Amino acid sequence: MLRFTFRRLLQIIPVLWIIITATFFMIRFVPGGPFTAEKAVTPEILRNLEAHYGLNKPLYQQYFDYLGSLLHGDLGPSFKYPNRTVNEIIGDKLPTSLELGFISLAVALTIGITLGTLAAVKRNSWLDYLCSSVAMVGICVPTFVLGPLLVLTFAIRFQWLNASGWYGPTDRILPCLTLGCVYAAYIARLTRGGMLEVLNQDYIRTARAKGAGELRIVFKHALRGGLLPVVSFLGPGIAGILTGSFVIETIFQIPGLGREFVNSAFNRDYTLVLGTVILYATLIVVLNLVVDVVQIWLNPKLKFE
Amino acid sequence: MVSLSPQSLPSSAVTPEQIETGNSLWHDAWSRLRKNKLAVFGGATLLILGVLCAFGPIFAQSYQDQNLDLGAAAPSAAHWLGTDTLGRDLFSRILFGGRISILVGLVATFVALAIGVTYGAVAGFFGGKTDAVMMRLVDIMYALPFTIFVILLMVFFGRNIFLLFFAIGAVEWLTMARIVRGQIISIKKMEYIEAARALGLGKRRIIFRHMIPNVLGPIIVYTTLTIPAVMLLEAFLSFLGLGVQPPMSSWGVLIKDGAEKMEEFWWLLVFPGGVFSLTLFSLNFLGDGLRDALDVRSSKD
Repeated sequence: MLRFTFRRLLQIIPVLWIIITATFFMIRFVPGGPFTAEKAVTPEILRNLEAHYGLNKPLYQQYFDYLGSLLHGDLGPSFKYPNRTVNEIIGDKLPTSLELGFISLAVALTIGITLGTLAAVKRNSWLDYLCSSVAMVGICVPTFVLGPLLVLTFAIRFQWLNASGWYGPTDRILPCLTLGCVYAAYIARLTRGGMLEVLNQDYIRTARAKGAGELRIVFKHALRGGLLPVVSFLGPGIAGILTGSFVIETIFQIPGLGREFVNSAFNRDYTLVLGTVILYATLIVVLNLVVDVVQIWLNPKLKFE
Repeated sequence: MVSLSPQSLPSSAVTPEQIETGNSLWHDAWSRLRKNKLAVFGGATLLILGVLCAFGPIFAQSYQDQNLDLGAAAPSAAHWLGTDTLGRDLFSRILFGGRISILVGLVATFVALAIGVTYGAVAGFFGGKTDAVMMRLVDIMYALPFTIFVILLMVFFGRNIFLLFFAIGAVEWLTMARIVRGQIISIKKMEYIEAARALGLGKRRIIFRHMIPNVLGPIIVYTTLTIPAVMLLEAFLSFLGLGVQPPMSSWGVLIKDGAEKMEEFWWLLVFPGGVFSLTLFSLNFLGDGLRDALDVRSSKD
């Protein structure tokens, strides 16, 4: 177990290095730069700007400089926000995105596991069909349709909630529900499949024969095995929630890092793009690792594969 | 058949050709698929939508016809689904947008299919170190935040529709490669492959002529399920303003426009969103139905 974790930890380093290098050079070979504006600056000023940000050095040296400062945890200055560093901007915006992500994940897990378990326990009843259809609808109505529809209904028509913004706790409801619902649907389907497989196994029959109640069977015996497919989905699921937040933050005007990332790409803010990509990549890679470890802890059989 | 007495068989009427036609795998699958109502519904809906999008624009009003006096009119007899703020008929716009959305779905899926099948088949066929290296690479790529890369690609290299095809296709081939590799490994040791080898056929011919046709079932199923994923990614990019650019439109673009104007003109959001969701719905049902019909174990569990 420890050796496995360690080996996987070592794998993270080359993966991150590939991501950093690929992004760094991709950005540089693109037409246009951070100082290209409708009102062109004079060549002298441009030269000074480039000297200030170290853009006049040879590319390979810029690359090694960047890697060097990265090792100290310094993501460099932003090109578009004068006098602000990328670290500051990320520190400013990341908590909002994380809050959005975590609440959405909690929503997804709660709704998804409940629906999936209900459907599996009451297999082939109307309850099963209801849960399965709801899940299918959730998969097929994408966030960027569901979000505006919810706004239209609850904010504009009934005026119960704000259409956008991120101030009070009620402002969390619509964005987190929108983002969570899609993944709740996937989780419900996976839970149903996993639970069905487990509920047919001998040890469940044994538990029944020993007179365990239905609730005890489901919660104590079946869920641990039945949730395995959900755990393996959590890796891609979390990545999806992170990238999904780009759209959610745009729809609901949330001042988070996702919107900042899309804007920075449009603005050619080299360092901010690199910084956010590195951050998102690290988050995704590390969370994938955690998921892998948890999976093995839940299902030791996997260790031999 | 053999145990039946001759009297009970109307054998005189049966010609030898009829006796020889057994139920092929495809025939079986087809009859199973036909019994699945949801899959049939999905297939029929897709057929109708496809025909409408392919031929509808020939008869419909051009999507460029603007009628500013009309403004954004609510659904009526003249304009079934209403018009947008420039007075363009929404129904025609949905048909024109559908052409692009479906085209992206098909082409990008084809790109993913070509890369994934070749890659998986090669890895599975050669096995050993080649396989280990190739699949390690896939594992690493799985961990990459690809959506972010597609966004960067689209921002930096212009929002070219051909780039869009390849960017999306390049993201979606990984799972296909894994599935095909697993299938190839499971049939690699079978006798007919050995026979082909004994006949002195080349490796390329064995892979593409003898192995891939025999793993077609999972490939078809997974392809049907890749198309909605691809269309979703295209709409996602278009919604961020990174996908298809005006004057072309796709369902993603229409949904984006609709979301901006929904406060006054609800139909601009509801109809494109509805058609898009219906398409995803149908594709998913058809894919699930095909999976059951062709008896393919889900890749997800």
